[in-house]
Amino acid sequence: MADARHSHEPDLALFQPILQTGKSFYLVAGALGAVAAWSIFAWLYQLTHGLGATGLTRPIYWGLYITNFVFFIGISHAGTLISAILRLCHAEWRRAITRSAEVITVLVLFFGVGNVILDLGRPDRALYVIRHGNLRSPLLWDVMSITMYLTASTIYLYLPMIPDIALLRDRVAKRRRLYRLLALGWTGTEEQHRRLERAISIMAILVIPIAVSVHTVVSFVFAMTIQPGWHSTIFGPYFVIGAIFSGIAALIIAMGIIRRAYNLGHYLRLVHFNNLGLLLLAMSLLWFYFTFSEYLTTYYGGEPREMAVFYAKLSGKYAPFFWAMIVTNFVIPLVILSNKKTRTIAGTIVASATVTVGMWLERLTIVVPSLANPRLPYARGLYQPSWVEWSMMAGFFATFILLYMFFTKVFPIVSIWEIREGREKGVALAQKRIESYHPPHPTGGETHSGRGGA
Amino acid sequence: MPRWGMVIDLDKCTGCQACVVACRVENNVPFAGSEQAEMGRAIFWIEVLSIVEGEYPNVRTRFIPRPCMQCDHPPCTAVCPTGATYKNDEGLVAQIYPRCIGCRYCTNACPYTVKFFNWFAPQWPVEMRNFNPDVARRPVGVVEKCTFCHHRLQKAKEQVKIEGRKLREEDYIPACVQTCPTKAMYFGDLDDPESTVSHLVKSTRTFRLLEDLGTEPKVYYLSEGEWYGGRKA
Repeated sequence: MADARHSHEPDLALFQPILQTGKSFYLVAGALGAVAAWSIFAWLYQLTHGLGATGLTRPIYWGLYITNFVFFIGISHAGTLISAILRLCHAEWRRAITRSAEVITVLVLFFGVGNVILDLGRPDRALYVIRHGNLRSPLLWDVMSITMYLTASTIYLYLPMIPDIALLRDRVAKRRRLYRLLALGWTGTEEQHRRLERAISIMAILVIPIAVSVHTVVSFVFAMTIQPGWHSTIFGPYFVIGAIFSGIAALIIAMGIIRRAYNLGHYLRLVHFNNLGLLLLAMSLLWFYFTFSEYLTTYYGGEPREMAVFYAKLSGKYAPFFWAMIVTNFVIPLVILSNKKTRTIAGTIVASATVTVGMWLERLTIVVPSLANPRLPYARGLYQPSWVEWSMMAGFFATFILLYMFFTKVFPIVSIWEIREGREKGVALAQKRIESYHPPHPTGGETHSGRGGA
Repeated sequence: MPRWGMVIDLDKCTGCQACVVACRVENNVPFAGSEQAEMGRAIFWIEVLSIVEGEYPNVRTRFIPRPCMQCDHPPCTAVCPTGATYKNDEGLVAQIYPRCIGCRYCTNACPYTVKFFNWFAPQWPVEMRNFNPDVARRPVGVVEKCTFCHHRLQKAKEQVKIEGRKLREEDYIPACVQTCPTKAMYFGDLDDPESTVSHLVKSTRTFRLLEDLGTEPKVYYLSEGEWYGGRKA
């Protein structure tokens, strides 16, 4: 049986996670599974008791669940958007990281949607948004946009997987029926490659506006109301920036773990972390710029109802969260990532970890303080998340990581054929492209088209 | 079509809470219990808000009964993903309980915070289980709020049809207005120039809550004093 266990097999390390599973994998999976099982219990508790099982109250009708919804949907911008942009820019260094990014997107979207369903008083009626859909509601825009994004990013994840699945079909003894089905009869002919590249390009272009629309309409859920702190025209781009920011952070963390767990140091190299780290730094600066604009405008205007929310965040009850957000989203990443000495693999991972926490805090400080300070000062409930909410949050994170781990056991988490293509053709393509940037050599008779992107 | 509106004379309000009790009985409003009420989860279709002014010993408490404002431009209806809350033909902001998915977007979009959520299955003390058959009891997980006792309008319309006459002002009065011992509350058609309410809203004492938001509330207040959130100064 051709089982890829030959030392001369190229890129053996990329097959290895599928072929062999170590003890630590089962240990981690077991621990995560236990957390997930506990969250199922918490969910059943909430289903039988009603949303009273949460700490939500009037006027803080939304809390952890909606925070997590926005957070997860934000993380989903990791993948598809970053991978699509890098692909379209012909960034050669993308090859090793696109798959791991795209998987995050597809998986995490389910958890974003899951949080909304969790937040419904009547989850049994969730499909009424289709049956009785009111097109004027921003929540319905979310339903449409997220459905579109999930569809597009699933296709966009699957297409570049086809040649790899065909490789697995031919080399791996396990799951042959699954691989044969998903490989769609791929044999790697010139014609098949041409079609695949074309399909991937089309999806890469399509997926960008959809991704931007997703977090724009998520922000519209808040911005379309007239509530203080929410009713802001900057929210659309602010949310998109934050989404890409947290998405890159999640991707770097995932890459760090994959690199360590599967010994893929040769594939996920310093340059990948360095480049993504620079991107993260750029997003951190952009994020701070948006945050600064948002809060300065509010402060300068000084409208009393807006100021109530402003002070609740800057010096009031939510100040610890707000300032922790500034430190984790801006100060720490800025210090680590702007210095080449600290922009190492470990450094970018640390910065990404703080950004992930910071962006979660950002979502929290957008959702809760505005609700806690409504225009009329009479309704003043206190929100303390209950054990059910914390359990569900832990469960969602655990299940997400678990599914991600399972993915790496069934499909290669680094695209094998793209790595090989890069190795075989990448240098020539890049050289041709760079030559096309410059005027033709004065002595040479050869003419260049001058068009970028080979 | 009439534009149903309410006028509340705050200078006559004693803060006795009779409107709150009448509303609770009329509309089968559930009891949250003291522990849940402490958390802010009690449901009040109408609530008497109290504002304490001054420092001891010169303290004065003022009261402001607050039903749903029944806005002409309600911020809560557009955002509902299923159309479970909407402005009906009578101009009232209505709730369809069997269609509500409990997302609480409307409760968050309402600048008056007058929409309530059923956190648990509704409960009543044994003595309070003599329900009004005209008003549906709400299940767990849906949003509810003051309807201006819309069921009374339905009843009045049927009665008027049987008697073969036109609807008169006294045919349709919400329970809170009917109960008010000091007659501080008025109800009627704001578009009828002869109605009591349309005379009252012309008073210089008139104001509405958060009037500058453009929500056009159909609940008017009368007061000589200054009120928080109102335009009157």
